[in-house]
Amino acid sequence: MLTILFDGVAYGMLLFVLASGLSVTLGLMNFINLAHGAFAMVGGYVTALLMERLGAPFLVTLPAAFLVPAILGIVLERTLYRRLYGASPLDQVLFTIGLVLMAMPIADYWLGAEARQVHLPDWLSGSLSLYGVGISRYRLFIVGVCGAIAAALQIFLVRTRFGAQLRAAVDDARVANGLGIDVDRIFAITFAVGSGLAGLGGALAADVVGGVDPSFPLKFLVAMLIVVTIGGSNGILGALFGALLLGVLDVAGKYYIPSIGAFIIYGVMVATLIVRPQGLFSRGDGR
Amino acid sequence: MSGASSAVARRIEAHLARRRRWRAIEIVFWLAALGTILAFPSRAALINEIVIAGLFALSLDLILGLAGIVSLGQAAFLGVGAYAAAILASKDLGDPTLGLAVGALAAGALGFVTAPLLLRGADLARLMVTLGVSLMLGELANRSAWLTGGADGLNFSMSPVLGLFPIGFTGQRNAALYSFVVLFVLFALARRLRQSPFGLALAAIRENRLRAGALGIATGWRIVAIYTVSAAYAGAAGALLAQTTQIVSLDLFDFHRSADGLLMLIIGGAGYLYGGIIGAAMFIVLRDVISAATPEYWEFWIGLLLVALVLVGRERLRDIVLSRAALVWPKAAGRGAA
Amino acid sequence: MSRPALEARGLMKQFGALLATDSVSFALQPGARQALIGPNGAGKTTLINLLTGVIKPTEGHVVLNGQDVTAVSASERVRLGLSRTFQINQLFPHLTPIESLGLAISERNRSGADFWRVAGTRAAIVAEIEDLITRFGLEADMDVPTHRLAYGKQRLLEIALALATRPRVLLLDEPAAGVPEEERQDILAALAALPAEVAILLIEHDMDLVFTFATRISVLVAGRLLTEGDPETIAKDERVRAVYLGEDGHG
Repeated sequence: MLTILFDGVAYGMLLFVLASGLSVTLGLMNFINLAHGAFAMVGGYVTALLMERLGAPFLVTLPAAFLVPAILGIVLERTLYRRLYGASPLDQVLFTIGLVLMAMPIADYWLGAEARQVHLPDWLSGSLSLYGVGISRYRLFIVGVCGAIAAALQIFLVRTRFGAQLRAAVDDARVANGLGIDVDRIFAITFAVGSGLAGLGGALAADVVGGVDPSFPLKFLVAMLIVVTIGGSNGILGALFGALLLGVLDVAGKYYIPSIGAFIIYGVMVATLIVRPQGLFSRGDGR
Repeated sequence: MSGASSAVARRIEAHLARRRRWRAIEIVFWLAALGTILAFPSRAALINEIVIAGLFALSLDLILGLAGIVSLGQAAFLGVGAYAAAILASKDLGDPTLGLAVGALAAGALGFVTAPLLLRGADLARLMVTLGVSLMLGELANRSAWLTGGADGLNFSMSPVLGLFPIGFTGQRNAALYSFVVLFVLFALARRLRQSPFGLALAAIRENRLRAGALGIATGWRIVAIYTVSAAYAGAAGALLAQTTQIVSLDLFDFHRSADGLLMLIIGGAGYLYGGIIGAAMFIVLRDVISAATPEYWEFWIGLLLVALVLVGRERLRDIVLSRAALVWPKAAGRGAA
Repeated sequence: MSRPALEARGLMKQFGALLATDSVSFALQPGARQALIGPNGAGKTTLINLLTGVIKPTEGHVVLNGQDVTAVSASERVRLGLSRTFQINQLFPHLTPIESLGLAISERNRSGADFWRVAGTRAAIVAEIEDLITRFGLEADMDVPTHRLAYGKQRLLEIALALATRPRVLLLDEPAAGVPEEERQDILAALAALPAEVAILLIEHDMDLVFTFATRISVLVAGRLLTEGDPETIAKDERVRAVYLGEDGHG
């Protein structure tokens, strides 16, 4: 039982890192980025290819899996995304679906349709036993890394000047601009960090889902959207809660009541939207 | 008709009546479509696909174009309509008209039940709700293998339409004609609906919901009503798809079905009802041409088209096209001059 | 005295710690020409929203023609005869004035209003559209999309739309706001020509307009009714002067 709970938490943590960028752009900036998963794919490919072609150690590839999508994110944000911040939800949906449709064939063209594997080092393989509970080493690693990221993000957003500026910019970009905050820059950096985290999440997730392939951008899209929906406009903590809830429910549901399967999580999402259209965690007034 | 006494009253009457007449270009459009089916029997399967996709995109136009509601889950209704018709046929009730009606009604009922979910929250919540409902239904169909055949799908055969015209692999042209007639009838209904005070009320809700409410329009109920109609249209499209291909599979509920429908509508232009059909034709022909050249990569070009469409601005692009078309089609131009 | 057309009884609205409306009571007689004035932030908008049903009061009642409508939805109140205009134009930019008015009218007489092609209904609707169009001088622009109308014309359409619901009570929220000087006269004329039997509550900043139009004035300050009376009394009232002079001092 505890093993399942732990697997659920690990899966939830993974979802959190994948979705944290989206929770800021969608949950706070109200920008619908359905192409968020494409950045996760890039991160996954970076790790897989660095290990495969250059024989780089897994841990060394992770910073690259963050940096490459982050740079790609900042370039796309500066050139394309920023034009659509004020656009209608429909335009944002269409635009980012278009990006996904482009990203998948590009990956297919360069790297082929077959999945690229990420081979874990020995020290991360297998499982160990803690107080009689079997725990996979890699899942423990994921919980550690993702938990640290979550804590760092929360501190960053709540305690630092940048965090305060971001919250101000999200709240009212014009007023923030008037206060001398460089809203453009804030959004660009936020977008880059979010994309980088998605990439890192993609690299970490590659082993769990059996490698990276061109369909990766859609694989986690629904799960990420559910995380953000449950978390609502409450940023990091909301997303963390949503991700953990989703992870545990999904893993436990598939184990205990396989006949219902993914039904539970979709049900939770729709129920959330009925009870609190702006997300479980959002403040009562809504925006 | 002649009740109008003053010049102003006559102008008002003419203005209100201008939406009612079928224009020459519309008649040409439908005749050309019919002619295409008759002239290219070897392409009947492709044309049938276009007609059904056009009906599906039309169903989206009813909510997006008329009422301004963005949905990412229209595939739910496509799937329900298809499975309703298929299950009926697999129980030896293979009459196509019956299956069509049942498919549309089943989807409409589902639309009616889920529509209240749309009334809470803004666009974003609506996107998620519609998506969530379609995913739930897909999963439900997947898990209800005793009824739906699960991942294997269903096998069934159809009786001839009206007991006269066999459809399916041996009668693909009949199938295309059958779909075409259904599309035309439903289109004519939608056209009438758009011109009715009900349609005008939807336009008012889309344009300014606050004021629509201040005029005494019960906006919530209007949205529920049009969403139900739209769901029934999508269900009819699903039923046609099941009947004419005699296959149903779980991918009918997929996100990409909803997305494709939306793309077709956007390519053709939302709000004037022909957009979905034109967009479906362009989308499917484009896919056919590109995938003949580069089978795996056709999505790339569709994606590029979308990105370009949004960046250039859908409104602006449509204005350019429509200002050209204005000479022959003033009504559409009036709508597009946003 | 006859039964009031619209009555507020002890209306109270609390937003968190802020008391936006504080036990406001007043009565609007049938055919009244009453104005509601008050400095910025006095709670005029909140009061309108309470009366029209956009928000629900924390305490108190709204009574329309003797019927307590406190629990009735905004769109239902419109059907019961309470209509309003908006300070910022709330129109349908891509519908023409004819369509907008036709919509409002057919929405009102819902019997047989679902299709214009029903001949009898249509003639009646056309006649009513014509009446409103000519009354507000919109003939020239009546078949042009609303967003292309001059601002003053849009303000007129704003009032025409509210009138198309055949209200017994009409709330006018700063009808002349933002109207350029040369078009102002049209608005004043339209206001003067409003049907006499309709009770009107005018919410306005423009004192010239208030004193030409209203026969009775209520002054709202910080969510409370400060005073109420005929224009002469209000003009002389020291407290009212103090409030407005105080505001001038800030601005």
